[in-house]
Amino acid sequence: MSGTSLDLSWRHGGAPWGRWRGEPGPWPVIGALVVLSLVFQAINGNFLSADNLVNLTLQSASLGIITLGVVLVLLVGQIDLSVGAVSGLAAAVVAVGFVQQGWPLWVAVLAAVLLGAGIGGVYGLLTTRLGLPSFVVTLAGLLVAVGMQVRVLGSTGSVNLPYESWLVRFAQQTFLHPVASYAVVALVLGTYVGSRLLERRRRVEAELSAASLATVAGRAAVLAVVLLVPTWYLNTDRGVGAMVALFVGLVAVADLLLRRTAWGRSVRAVGSNVDSARRAGIAVRRVYVTCFMACTALAALGGVLSAGRLAAANQGTGGSDLNLTAIAAAVIGGTSLFGGRGSAWSAVLGVLVIQAISSGLTLLNVDSSVRYVVTGVVLALAVTIDAVSRRRSEAGGGTRR
Amino acid sequence: MTAETDHGLGPSSPPSTTVLSLRGVSHSFGAVRALVDVDLDVHPREVVAVVGDNGAGKSTLVGVMAGTIVPDAGELVVDGQELGLTSPGLARQLGIATVFQDLALCDDLDVVENLYLGQELRRGGVLDEVAMEREAWRVMSRLGARVPSVRAPVATLSGGQRQTVAIARALLGVPRVLVLDEPTAALGVTQTAEVLTTIERVRDSGHGVVLVSHNMADVQAVADRVVVLRRGRLNGDFDAERASYEDIIAAITGVSPPRRRRAPGEDA
Repeated sequence: MSGTSLDLSWRHGGAPWGRWRGEPGPWPVIGALVVLSLVFQAINGNFLSADNLVNLTLQSASLGIITLGVVLVLLVGQIDLSVGAVSGLAAAVVAVGFVQQGWPLWVAVLAAVLLGAGIGGVYGLLTTRLGLPSFVVTLAGLLVAVGMQVRVLGSTGSVNLPYESWLVRFAQQTFLHPVASYAVVALVLGTYVGSRLLERRRRVEAELSAASLATVAGRAAVLAVVLLVPTWYLNTDRGVGAMVALFVGLVAVADLLLRRTAWGRSVRAVGSNVDSARRAGIAVRRVYVTCFMACTALAALGGVLSAGRLAAANQGTGGSDLNLTAIAAAVIGGTSLFGGRGSAWSAVLGVLVIQAISSGLTLLNVDSSVRYVVTGVVLALAVTIDAVSRRRSEAGGGTRR
Repeated sequence: MTAETDHGLGPSSPPSTTVLSLRGVSHSFGAVRALVDVDLDVHPREVVAVVGDNGAGKSTLVGVMAGTIVPDAGELVVDGQELGLTSPGLARQLGIATVFQDLALCDDLDVVENLYLGQELRRGGVLDEVAMEREAWRVMSRLGARVPSVRAPVATLSGGQRQTVAIARALLGVPRVLVLDEPTAALGVTQTAEVLTTIERVRDSGHGVVLVSHNMADVQAVADRVVVLRRGRLNGDFDAERASYEDIIAAITGVSPPRRRRAPGEDA
């Protein structure tokens, strides 16, 4: 039970971060987040105020859900350029279905998300059956979705959602009660410690290297700090938004699916080496199709939530730079553009970086041109780290591709 | 064992004693006829070497047995049953395990994940990492493998270690036939010896082995029977102990009278 084997055994289950010697893991992103916070806080004392951070988390939620979908598609080595347009189309479907067609709101939401999943299914079929590159397929999908969005919205081009509808209230005014938020944290911590202890016992019984109780306690303490400090700080203001909780919950579920199920393993295998995965007997097409469908369904859900947050859907919803921002957030968060490596949690980290830049520069009253430039530079840095660490690990392993 | 190798002289052996048979397999890539009416029998406790020049159809034959290539004609006989092999997953279910020339490993996944890729053990719907890891240590140590950790990504392993991982994966599901495509091509002297020892160990534990190679030294070291492919057709089926190097080379190259004026006595 040397230190190294202990470390590796702890990370089993496909935790993608820190498994590679010389791979930086999530630390560059976290470092960037700390530096950005300190700089903005030094220039404008409001940046780290609870009020601003509550706003920042609320703004992050819908973009984050879209980014989570992008992470899934990047993991299998594909790309979806149409997430913004699909989210805009979903927002339009919800608004028009609910307000103009008089559908029950839940029907409208369900229809929008199913439409999103259907679009992903078409992408999946076109890429797997006809072998078209996802780059082109989703670019075409972007144009089609924008066209459908304009058509659905009709001549007015904008539909307002009533403020009293639950979607708007959920997205704008619903926060977890402080007691509820701490209860959730306690539940997560309890589940974590319980499952780790259970696993430790099974490993000891199987005569495998197992983490010491001190390690388990240490990890649990770190997790407790990571969960409790933000929860407490947000609770000093309005609290944890329901939409934020939904976002983090979705990321946690995606993370468990990726690390603990055969589907998740096949996703990483396909992204790592699709030929090997196929010859190992994995149904590669199904993996691609499910990832495309999950991506567009999440994009649609993100669009529905942003319609709720703005209490409106218009032709600009999901437009302009949203596609590229979501992809940038996934890459900044640490998901490799080359497939196979990444984590669901990179959606959270990447979106926080993007929103921190946006929020900080807004507080400074800086022109949006600067925001684009700064985000672009951060993205370039993230891709550089990705490419360099990949090259280094290949050189270190002495393997060919 | 010597009784088994006697089958090698003719394709007329009864199908019931074979673990795997190919019958009349033909396959073309466009105008190129990669395999023409190929029959192949594999018996338990037997290493069949398939040799041939570049482009003789060896890799296509491996693809057919692995399920990655669906042949234009012909079928596989497993347990006296004729089957069409349509996918790698089906081949594995039938107990035909293949070690590909490029090993078919996923670099980003660790040893355990690669060993169980596509056949993960589950426990209550989630992956049973503990059972998989325990079994991985067992299989790897049985093969005499020295890996730093079964939780190390295979990209960090050496060529010989990666080869062992690929062989270990093939042996996991108790296969009836182990198919190896050029297993020693990328290996050094020590690692080659290790792989050949592994092949003998697999044979002695009752499996059938198909060794595809153009390294005659390896073939003569472990094969019980040598089958020669030439331009997609069978061009000889030799008992490895009795056939001479020259006979086999002659069958590979197609030079009909062997150069050292040796009568092709055993060639059918």
